[in-house]
Amino acid sequence: MVVNYNVLGLIFASMHDTSIAELTKQRTMGSILFGGRYRLIDFPLSNMVNSGITEIGVITKSNYGSLLDHIGSGREWDLSRKKGGLHLLPPYSQDGGIYRGRLDALSNVWSFIEHSPANYVILSDCDMVTTIDFNPVLEQHESSGADITVVYGRGLYNAENNHSTNILELDGIRVKDVLVDPQFSGECNMSLGMFVMSKKFLKKIVFEAVSRNQYSLIRDVLQSKKNEYIICGYEHKDYFSKIDTLLNYYNANLELLQTSNRNALFKKDFPIYTKIGDNGPTKYGLESNIKNSLIADGCIIEGTVENCVLFRGVKIGKDTVVKNSIILQGTEIGNNCQIASVITDKNVKISDTKVLTGSETCPLYIGKNAQI
Amino acid sequence: MYIKKKCVAMLLAGGQGSRLYALTQNVAKPAVPYGGKYRLIDFPLSNCTNSGIDTVGVLTQYQPLVLNEYIGNGQPWDLDKMHGGVHVLPPYESKSGASWYEGTANAIYQNMRFIERYDPEYVIVLGGDHIYKMDYSKMVDYHIANNSDCTIAVIDVPYEEASRFGIMICDENNKVTDFVEKPKQPKSTLASMGIYVFSWDKLKKYLIENENDANEKRAKGEPWSKDFGKDIITSMLKDEQRLFAYEFEGYWKDVGTLDSLWEANMDLLSPSVPLDLYDPSWKIYSRNNNMPPQYIGKNANIENSMISEGSNIDGTVDFSVIFSGVTIEEGATVNYSIVMPGSVIKSGAVVEYAIVGEDCVIESGAKIGKSPEQVENRDDWGIAVVGHNVTISENKSVEPKEIIGENK
Repeated sequence: MVVNYNVLGLIFASMHDTSIAELTKQRTMGSILFGGRYRLIDFPLSNMVNSGITEIGVITKSNYGSLLDHIGSGREWDLSRKKGGLHLLPPYSQDGGIYRGRLDALSNVWSFIEHSPANYVILSDCDMVTTIDFNPVLEQHESSGADITVVYGRGLYNAENNHSTNILELDGIRVKDVLVDPQFSGECNMSLGMFVMSKKFLKKIVFEAVSRNQYSLIRDVLQSKKNEYIICGYEHKDYFSKIDTLLNYYNANLELLQTSNRNALFKKDFPIYTKIGDNGPTKYGLESNIKNSLIADGCIIEGTVENCVLFRGVKIGKDTVVKNSIILQGTEIGNNCQIASVITDKNVKISDTKVLTGSETCPLYIGKNAQI
Repeated sequence: MYIKKKCVAMLLAGGQGSRLYALTQNVAKPAVPYGGKYRLIDFPLSNCTNSGIDTVGVLTQYQPLVLNEYIGNGQPWDLDKMHGGVHVLPPYESKSGASWYEGTANAIYQNMRFIERYDPEYVIVLGGDHIYKMDYSKMVDYHIANNSDCTIAVIDVPYEEASRFGIMICDENNKVTDFVEKPKQPKSTLASMGIYVFSWDKLKKYLIENENDANEKRAKGEPWSKDFGKDIITSMLKDEQRLFAYEFEGYWKDVGTLDSLWEANMDLLSPSVPLDLYDPSWKIYSRNNNMPPQYIGKNANIENSMISEGSNIDGTVDFSVIFSGVTIEEGATVNYSIVMPGSVIKSGAVVEYAIVGEDCVIESGAKIGKSPEQVENRDDWGIAVVGHNVTISENKSVEPKEIIGENK
């Protein structure tokens, strides 16, 4: 891998925040905790860094305290750089309010984009968990002569369960139409919320849209200009998971218990970087019983854990049974508890002998810092 | 421009660690893995940062590649500083010629210019092969309060073990009156921990004297040495300098041998051992290698063990410390053992009372080590050790006390 100064990465940390209101009450989409030790923004950041992109702007909106805390200077992604590096782009807009769509946001940070020496731009949202090398995408973009390349994957779409999903209708690699949350279910081409274009082209569509008081990349460009511009799709054939509802969040975490999914996400030569916690290793007690679980460092487990994802610093007491649950960072569960199909947010304290049960189709969510 | 520092720490990391054999063939002793995700040097470096000491010289000599790479710019320990920070100090060539470090005192002597740049009042001398958590700033305060020239950290050891250590004999005010290296009949049980605080002007004086003295002896063909305990401390005592013992209470373990390295890891699994790796106010920092969380499979059976990131466990793990990126397949058994980063224990292999080095492969059916009960004569029992990057073939076995450095 070589450093590619010709591509600028732009990440929308707050796109689709409203999809998972529970988890984004106190944080952005990008800072939602995922997979035991990550936050969602780690995936687009690591994908870009591993593809050689070292100049990245992160566009924030509101509630971005946890995001600032997480990414800091960008050092953990090797982005604390003199040349390029990580730039946080706070949410202001021309008229003083908060931006409405991607194009609005881009026009507000245009001076940053303009300053970059890169001739290409990759836009990415934060609601997609996947590992992708952008170099083949850039190559296809170049060779196809596309104005915009949209990354998509073949996946099962369900109108009931999915939220703010863009479905591509393709003819070869040409995108013929883009549907937003259509009322059908089945396998289709789901947009992964990643777009490649030249900076010159991006400038044109951003300022054209702004001059007409338009702000949506999907509605005002991909849909309404589909015949005017060459819009192509790039198929990403690897594992991906869209985090757009609480149930999908729950399932996406549990999908990591399948070895094939973990192997697709966590590749040896393609590390997913995150903020380091400096926790000790995880300690398993004399009577612990662990089956089929993904467990981060710094946990102390005395009880039974089955089909769970445990984040850093979780404590599980004696004779407690935790099943099919997502236990976020710093949660402490006492002795003799029965926990099933639950998502506990950060630093939840559950005292001895409590019984909490959700269901696999509707997991019980317990908010940050709750004491039970 | 150099900003004056009150304290500079000098960490002696050049030792070969020859008693760790197979684990230190290509790696300096302070880079030996410990405790699931650490290397030995994480303890003194983290102690420095947590004690507010931000200027550390690391003296390296033996096989420094892994250690240098590991320390890097010191960022994991917060020692990437504008002023001070961590500096690796290997031996160098000067106008008068090149010379290896000829002992612990000589290593510091050769780096006096490094220390002088920071114009410190006190110099802390540390080893790189002990496991402990200690606030050095309290020891410096004690040094100042006693108007001491040299303060030596000591720990009370059982009488029967005292002859393994350098022993300090003190008066009722903890003023050191005598120092004996590994005495046959110890007069005290206060063992030196190899941690010294010196007033820099005094240390400088004695380093120069020792250097000149030893070089004269060498020229005359007499025996000479340039060592802290043997030479500097002894000379200071002879000159009636003020030396004080600073008593340390808490967990301290010398990991000079394979047995003690194994024991120090097993200590982490004992609830009665007071070494807390989970205390947020005194974290032990280490370089992280960005691995996903550990996955514990459907067939796994884990009891009283420590396991680190990136590991895949589907076998039986009992009373063991498993480092990052280790695979233990279904049907493999690991008991009372240490498995270092990146190693694979294949289905049907049994590892008991053993140390398995980094990136080893233990093929199916192989047997490493035995429990004491399985050995007829207790004298034949000991830890089995597989060095780094070693493959043990199918159905081969490594006996207790055996140390394997090459594929078998």
